[in-house]
Amino acid sequence: MTLTHVARAGLLALALVSAPHLADAATLRWSSAGDITTMDPHGNNEGFTNAYLDHIYETLVTRGKELKVEACLATSWQNVSPTVTRFKLRPNVRFHDGSPFTADDVVFSIQRALSDTSNFKPYLAGVKEAKRVDDLTVDIITEGPAPVLVPQLTEVRIMSRSWATKHNVLKPQDYKNKEETFAVRNANGTGPYILRTRDADVKTVAVLNSNWWGKLEGNVDEIVYQPIKQDSTRLAALLSGEIDFVLDPSPQDIGRLKQDPKMKVLEGMENRTIFLGMDQWRDELQYSSVKGKNPFKDKRVREAFQAALDVNALKSQVMRGLSVPTAVMYAPQVDGYAKELDRVKPADRERARKLLADAGYPKGFEVTLDCPNNRYVNDEKLCVAIAAMLAQINVTVKVNAMPRANYFPKIQNLDTSFYMLGWGVPTFDSQYAVQSLLRTRVEKSADGDYNLGKYSNANVDEAIDKLKTEIDTKKRAALAIEVSRIHQGEVGHIPLHFQVIPWAMRSNVSVVHRADNKLTVKWIKIK
Amino acid sequence: MIAFVIRRLLQGVLVMLVVGLIAFSLFNFVGDPVSLMLPPEATQADRDQMRGALGLDKPFYVQFATFIGNALRGNFGISLRLGRPVSTLLVERLPATLELAMTAALIGLFVGIPVGVYTALKRNSWVSRALLTLSLVGVSLPNFLIGIFLILIFAVWLGWLPSFGRGDTVQLGLWSTGLLTKTGLKALILPAITLGFFPVTLIMRLVRAEMLEVLRTDYIKFARARGLSDRAVNFGHALKNTLVPVITITGLQLGGIIAFAIITETVFQWPGMGLLFVQAVQFADVPVMAAYLCLIGLIFVVINLVVDMLYYLVDPRLRAERSTGGGH
Repeated sequence: MTLTHVARAGLLALALVSAPHLADAATLRWSSAGDITTMDPHGNNEGFTNAYLDHIYETLVTRGKELKVEACLATSWQNVSPTVTRFKLRPNVRFHDGSPFTADDVVFSIQRALSDTSNFKPYLAGVKEAKRVDDLTVDIITEGPAPVLVPQLTEVRIMSRSWATKHNVLKPQDYKNKEETFAVRNANGTGPYILRTRDADVKTVAVLNSNWWGKLEGNVDEIVYQPIKQDSTRLAALLSGEIDFVLDPSPQDIGRLKQDPKMKVLEGMENRTIFLGMDQWRDELQYSSVKGKNPFKDKRVREAFQAALDVNALKSQVMRGLSVPTAVMYAPQVDGYAKELDRVKPADRERARKLLADAGYPKGFEVTLDCPNNRYVNDEKLCVAIAAMLAQINVTVKVNAMPRANYFPKIQNLDTSFYMLGWGVPTFDSQYAVQSLLRTRVEKSADGDYNLGKYSNANVDEAIDKLKTEIDTKKRAALAIEVSRIHQGEVGHIPLHFQVIPWAMRSNVSVVHRADNKLTVKWIKIK
Repeated sequence: MIAFVIRRLLQGVLVMLVVGLIAFSLFNFVGDPVSLMLPPEATQADRDQMRGALGLDKPFYVQFATFIGNALRGNFGISLRLGRPVSTLLVERLPATLELAMTAALIGLFVGIPVGVYTALKRNSWVSRALLTLSLVGVSLPNFLIGIFLILIFAVWLGWLPSFGRGDTVQLGLWSTGLLTKTGLKALILPAITLGFFPVTLIMRLVRAEMLEVLRTDYIKFARARGLSDRAVNFGHALKNTLVPVITITGLQLGGIIAFAIITETVFQWPGMGLLFVQAVQFADVPVMAAYLCLIGLIFVVINLVVDMLYYLVDPRLRAERSTGGGH
């Protein structure tokens, strides 16, 4: 045992002794397929890791149960000029190691998240720097007006400057430097739970922070996370009572779990749209029987494809009911959701055949659909079902399914004619979706970076560019809906559905389901 | 003897280099780790920078040469998934895999040999026939299915044993053992039986076949003619002479058990090297995959070498031929 271990054990013992007595305190044992990848709050920008770290590290602003932005380490904020946002910080907050939380820590954390080895730069797009005004006031300076700065800060976690200095973790891990940094397995935040033990891929334990500034709504005083990779083993562990909660039960087990009186399944719509994209820029389609031209450039072909697809059948036959069919590109939880446009039309194969014939393909053609097989719920099965539906209008679809590690590099290089993609909106703001997916692509920028079929419309671009600097919420929504209307009219993409994510748990566990698939333990009650 | 060992060692090094080369050329097909390490909204410039930082922009033979150079110095790089040195990860996981594999091998020996002897001696009894049929099932059922059945029965229905994990462990220096705690021992039972199923059936069939052969030989007939007890004949003479090939096969099987542990470890979330490897494959975590494959190669080479040397020591005929050959 080294000296720091002794010191840490002592601190922990102190924390335990002084813990207020939670009358009905309980341990939450939970599981999902993969592990948290790192404890470094700016190390790996991955949804699951971020969700776990929210228990230990906090952010200036956070999301409440309805996913609206709420105060957290910042108590209030306002624009003092179009490029400066001033944050008042919460007083009397301490890190787990006892050091006080001040403006220095915020300035440091934002710098750290902006450093070259950080993966969190996208959340600070347009941010120039953070400046300390006084101990409890910080200014964040942006290059231009930044309407989505505050929602994006829900993903920028605050670390202690003194702790980072002491343990030489001023920057997130650099893979060039073949060493493990201290922050990979240790953590020191201000959050409601303190990391106690970390055994990667085996067990991660966090205990209640008795000095937390907030009020705990739940009654969990210990969180034990144990990843179980195999779906069936994870289910068995839940059924046998070894764990209380499973974040990602396999879709085929849901029916069975619902019948078990000792189990509970909570279903909620995920803030993620699954859609099909089409190459609309090459003069000759790469993976197709059509030579010398690109059928997807013709709106009638895209419309025919959409008319041939029965998204309700995909829901009932492929998704086992775990989807909400849609006609738009982003979900109802997102600001600027186009409710009046979200009407799913039933499949009309007659019309589809006619449209194809009018476009000059009465006998159909052949095209390859690229598809991931381990990224979205039933992704490969969806593609196979889509191929079967398109076969009915004489379009022969070859499904080319592959693992995500192969799939994403391929489609990011635009090496595709027809592809499936799912898009989540962590900021809950429409700009995140329309800028990446619908704006004309500008290489090496966020504009159209996932517009992989190069859909392009000048009016859409104009509205999106306005959206980038518009601060008024109502005007933003109007712009986003305008974009959606034009895009829908042109069938720029074919939206399929929003995923529904089921969470499974023992019936004595009460949780709040979040559309971003993040489990929040401070709200959990266990009877 | 020394020349023999050196020759085998050199062959071993060659085998490992070939394993490494084949593994490395396959890594081009597992996909791009960068796409998993960076968020979807990362720019192309970010991705290129990361690729350069990881050395993935170089052709594979350069990557391979760098890997060999570093591996010789004991540096296998850093896991892209967990951000920790690969050598540390492997050292942490090795005890779990070895304890599981050893237990499975012991189950193989201590169940396989008696059952093999019994089925050889009582060839026509219905118990023997049932055991033989069961062993056929054991050989043909895939490992993961046996594991899931055991979990269903003993964890979900009966609730006697844990369905996953390794229980509590005790740290003895670098070695973490689950053999000294009650939860650790309980957690070991199901995975060890799952992994031991195949060796049990293999050893039992091997012992049975060898026993049947030995029982037909002249010296057994003479032993019976001398009026020795059944026990002395069956165990003192027959079984003893069947054990040499059994031990050889068990030794060689050990490498297979360690490599096979991948499936059992995945089913039971057993935190060994196999599970580490499976997770690395999904993440395209090249440093972990490369180190694991080399380590498994090394284990096979070492076990083969030891078995060869044991054979040399155990079987007097090998030595005798050598010495007469030398004398003439």
